[in-house]
Amino acid sequence: MPMHIPFLSALTSYLQGDGAVILPEIELTLFGLGILLIDFTLGVKERYLNAGLALVGTLFSAYTVWKLRVPVAANGSMLGFHESVTVDPFFLFFASLFLAATALVILLSVKFLEIEQEQEGEYYALLLFACVGMMFMASGYDLIVMFLGLETMALSFYVLTGFLRREKRSNEASLKYVLLGAFSSGILAYGFSLLYGLSASTNIDTISEMLGRRNAFVSSLLHHPQPATAQFDPFLLQLLPVLAFVLVAVGLFFKVAAVPFHQWAPDVYEGAPTPVTIFVSVASKTASFALLLRLFLVVFGATQVNWMYLVAGIAVASLTWGNLAALTQTNVKRLLAYSSISHVGYVLLGLVAGNKTAMTGIGYYLLAYIFMTAGAFAILIVLRQKGLIGEELEDLNGLYQRSPSSAVLLLIFMLSLAGIPPTAGFMGKYFIFLSLIETHHPVLAVFAVLYIVPALYYYFRIVVHAWLMAPGEAPRPIMSSAQAVALGVAVFVTLAAGLYPEPFMRLAQYALGR
Amino acid sequence: MDFFANHILTVVLFTPLVGAILMLFIPREAELAHRIGGNIFGVLGFLVSIPLVRWWNSGAGKFSFEENVSWIPSIGARYHLGMDGISLLLVMLTTFLGMIAILSSWSAIHTRVKEYYILLLLLQTGMIGVFVSLDFFLFYVFWEVMLVPMYFLIGVWGSDRRLYAAIKFFLYTLAGSVVMLLAILALYFYAPVAPGATRTFDVPTLLAAAQTFSDPLKVWLFWGFFFAFAIKVPMFPFHTWLPDAHTEAPTAGSVVLAGVLLKMGTYGFLRFSLPLLPVDPVLRSRIIQVVIVLSLVAIVYGALVCLMQKDMKRLIAYSSVSHLGFCTLGIFALTPNGLAGSVIQQINHGISTGALFLIVGVLYERRHTRMISDFGGLATPMPNFAAIYLIISLSSLGMPLLNGFIGEFTILQGAFQVSKAWAAWGVLGVILGAAYLLWLYQRVMFGPVTLPVNEHLPDLNLRELATLVPLVFIAFWIGIYPKPFFAIIEKPVENIVRQVNPNFYPAQQAKLPPSAVARAMAEAK
Repeated sequence: MPMHIPFLSALTSYLQGDGAVILPEIELTLFGLGILLIDFTLGVKERYLNAGLALVGTLFSAYTVWKLRVPVAANGSMLGFHESVTVDPFFLFFASLFLAATALVILLSVKFLEIEQEQEGEYYALLLFACVGMMFMASGYDLIVMFLGLETMALSFYVLTGFLRREKRSNEASLKYVLLGAFSSGILAYGFSLLYGLSASTNIDTISEMLGRRNAFVSSLLHHPQPATAQFDPFLLQLLPVLAFVLVAVGLFFKVAAVPFHQWAPDVYEGAPTPVTIFVSVASKTASFALLLRLFLVVFGATQVNWMYLVAGIAVASLTWGNLAALTQTNVKRLLAYSSISHVGYVLLGLVAGNKTAMTGIGYYLLAYIFMTAGAFAILIVLRQKGLIGEELEDLNGLYQRSPSSAVLLLIFMLSLAGIPPTAGFMGKYFIFLSLIETHHPVLAVFAVLYIVPALYYYFRIVVHAWLMAPGEAPRPIMSSAQAVALGVAVFVTLAAGLYPEPFMRLAQYALGR
Repeated sequence: MDFFANHILTVVLFTPLVGAILMLFIPREAELAHRIGGNIFGVLGFLVSIPLVRWWNSGAGKFSFEENVSWIPSIGARYHLGMDGISLLLVMLTTFLGMIAILSSWSAIHTRVKEYYILLLLLQTGMIGVFVSLDFFLFYVFWEVMLVPMYFLIGVWGSDRRLYAAIKFFLYTLAGSVVMLLAILALYFYAPVAPGATRTFDVPTLLAAAQTFSDPLKVWLFWGFFFAFAIKVPMFPFHTWLPDAHTEAPTAGSVVLAGVLLKMGTYGFLRFSLPLLPVDPVLRSRIIQVVIVLSLVAIVYGALVCLMQKDMKRLIAYSSVSHLGFCTLGIFALTPNGLAGSVIQQINHGISTGALFLIVGVLYERRHTRMISDFGGLATPMPNFAAIYLIISLSSLGMPLLNGFIGEFTILQGAFQVSKAWAAWGVLGVILGAAYLLWLYQRVMFGPVTLPVNEHLPDLNLRELATLVPLVFIAFWIGIYPKPFFAIIEKPVENIVRQVNPNFYPAQQAKLPPSAVARAMAEAK
């Protein structure tokens, strides 16, 4: 006979109802708050426990996400909170990616913060809160939830970027990020408000339906002459939906750092503490892509033929500018920032193709991108020592002699980023290229493949410094065990997803390819 | 033993890789262990490939030693290996030259010995993989993977301008291969497939399916593949990476680069490009003319540039452009003689040019210079060297009784059957070839010893003899008794000609007197 405790029974029924769809987020939040609480009690030497707690939080949350796949498989998807939050394969896939990225960043942060002497617990709490925001971006089925998720993530990031309070670069990056982030959020909110105005709803299914009706009405106006008493101008009627789309698209292009809305990225990447750079470049970009995919596919999915030219233009611009600007960088973080802009171009090309292969490809690409980019930055974190920043190309000189294993890992990540088989990066590109051919975009496909050549050139500038230049005075980098674990995971996924892509491909198909 | 017999290609393919992985565990300081280990696996790689010849059944004309295992089922990529006569010869060349290249590095490499041998072995696996893959996906993986060890071989152990040469090599080849990737994907996508079935990357299936494609599509696919192979061969005007890469690479790197890597391009032409030629005679002859003209330009231009070189290695590098021009000329003549001669010439070029690079390496190890003007009269202090060098020069320039003659003669014969003008330009290349090689020999070996340092250069030691003598032996073998080599490639060449030039055999038959045809038919029965 179970005891009847009012509070507990309310909690249980909540967790079986609406609470179930946000359980992973609840856990992360609780762990984040827990870190804030116990941080006061910890001495300087014990601060690493914060990281441990945060890591346990991500594991808990990941386990819950894993458990959620069963009801999802049974019902297709779960909706909660008046259909404003959903749990579907799309969410499960992206949530796992965010959690993996968060865990990697936590592992890579410990020693870095120790060296910077900024071991406050808020750091890890903010990482978890940012992850909560990202998960809501993927699970949101309502404009307001989406926007709140985005802002939760963004606010955490603004603070994290400026976390090295004593460093000018970090502060400058944070300010830039706040200003441009607020600006782009504003644009996005404007687009959302127009969508609400057009459909009287914030639920994206309803919006999609209302936009569809409007479309059908307008095309009926074009094809059937209207009575003289009710004069509608079909073009004026379409003006608002187009404007809403453009505003939403621009806001999201800002968030994923696509050209011409990319200017914040190199500065923020360079100025932020390197673990946060990983988080910004890997997780925030993936989360923004999750939001972008959800909105573009659900709300604007019917009009893909119309907006695909805009996206194609943005994609080619990102590829071109990202690759060309990366050629001349001497700071590795900046170089990788520009290269990540070109990766955005590849993912957007998948959106242009828009078929099943392309969706698998986008999922695969983002998965590969997370692990290979995190791995590449992780090498820079390993290089970071007291009194040595290790972000310039010259700082990598002779890495091969100083630490052969880091040099080998760096080579693998660079090959993967450039898209040389058998690595994850190649498989991601493979799907994108194939989808472009399948949907008869040969010119875009040629553009996309040829940009591998300059990309290889700048990635190999890094390799040249690490492998072929003589080492200077720099000391041997020492890899902590947490860093080794993170690097091991990153390199395992990068190679496994290249040598035996089948399971990863099924994962991407499960999430997106239907 | 059964496992070995059933999976011989896998064994041949991965023996060097296993060696490389094992050597990872030997500490870096144990340089001698690495030298020995590298050589053991080089020799082992060759030994395990010998049964390929023993068990070879030349009558089949199909792919032998096939292995076909599922790899990525969702996209239809399989681990599909197999070889016909052409790949057999090229694989044997690869394992043989690989062994010699590894042996030749014994005293030339002093820095990062461990990595050097590991990379050479990795390179071996990559190259063999290209020749035995019968799955486009697998083929592409090997094709790209192989670039990385080569990049490092040039970039780490090369001479002064190594960084420039290494990245130039990588980028050029990559530019061609990414376009090829698109062509592969297009071939994959446009090949008809039963509803509900997954697509396939299987090479024979896709190439058979390509026969049903429309001509414009075939033309696009042809050019897509063409750039990758033309850069690899390299054909004029895509050859500019070659002199830099060959000159800067360490000796073993040059041997493998010239001996095997370039053959990946001609192999690609034979295997993938020819079946993609359009059916329409006008389109087809236009394409063929372009390729043939490029080949002839390469033959003559490469030879002329050789005459101007001051650097021995650069001279030999340019001679590769000229010699590979013969190979592409033979391939695109589309006659049995042209094709067979081209395959034999690829082997010859591997042997002769490989040996020439070894010879330059011998001199470089002694004098640390490659300038022709730094030598002269070396025949006096180095008589054995002089003899071997002379034989190799003669083999390279096409002297009868040596291998080069057989290849060039057969190619020119094949070209002559199509157009006398092509053969005439080709012959010009042979003459120029004699000129630059003999002139080089004369300047380096004959006359008085001009520099005092050269007076007491030591002659070839045993190890150097061991690298060069086998090559000389093969040069004589192909030159005197090439029949076994031709027998191996006879069937595949005939298959190719029947497929891409179906009018050839009937037209030849029409030229014969009826009695001869009847006799041939009776013999065939």
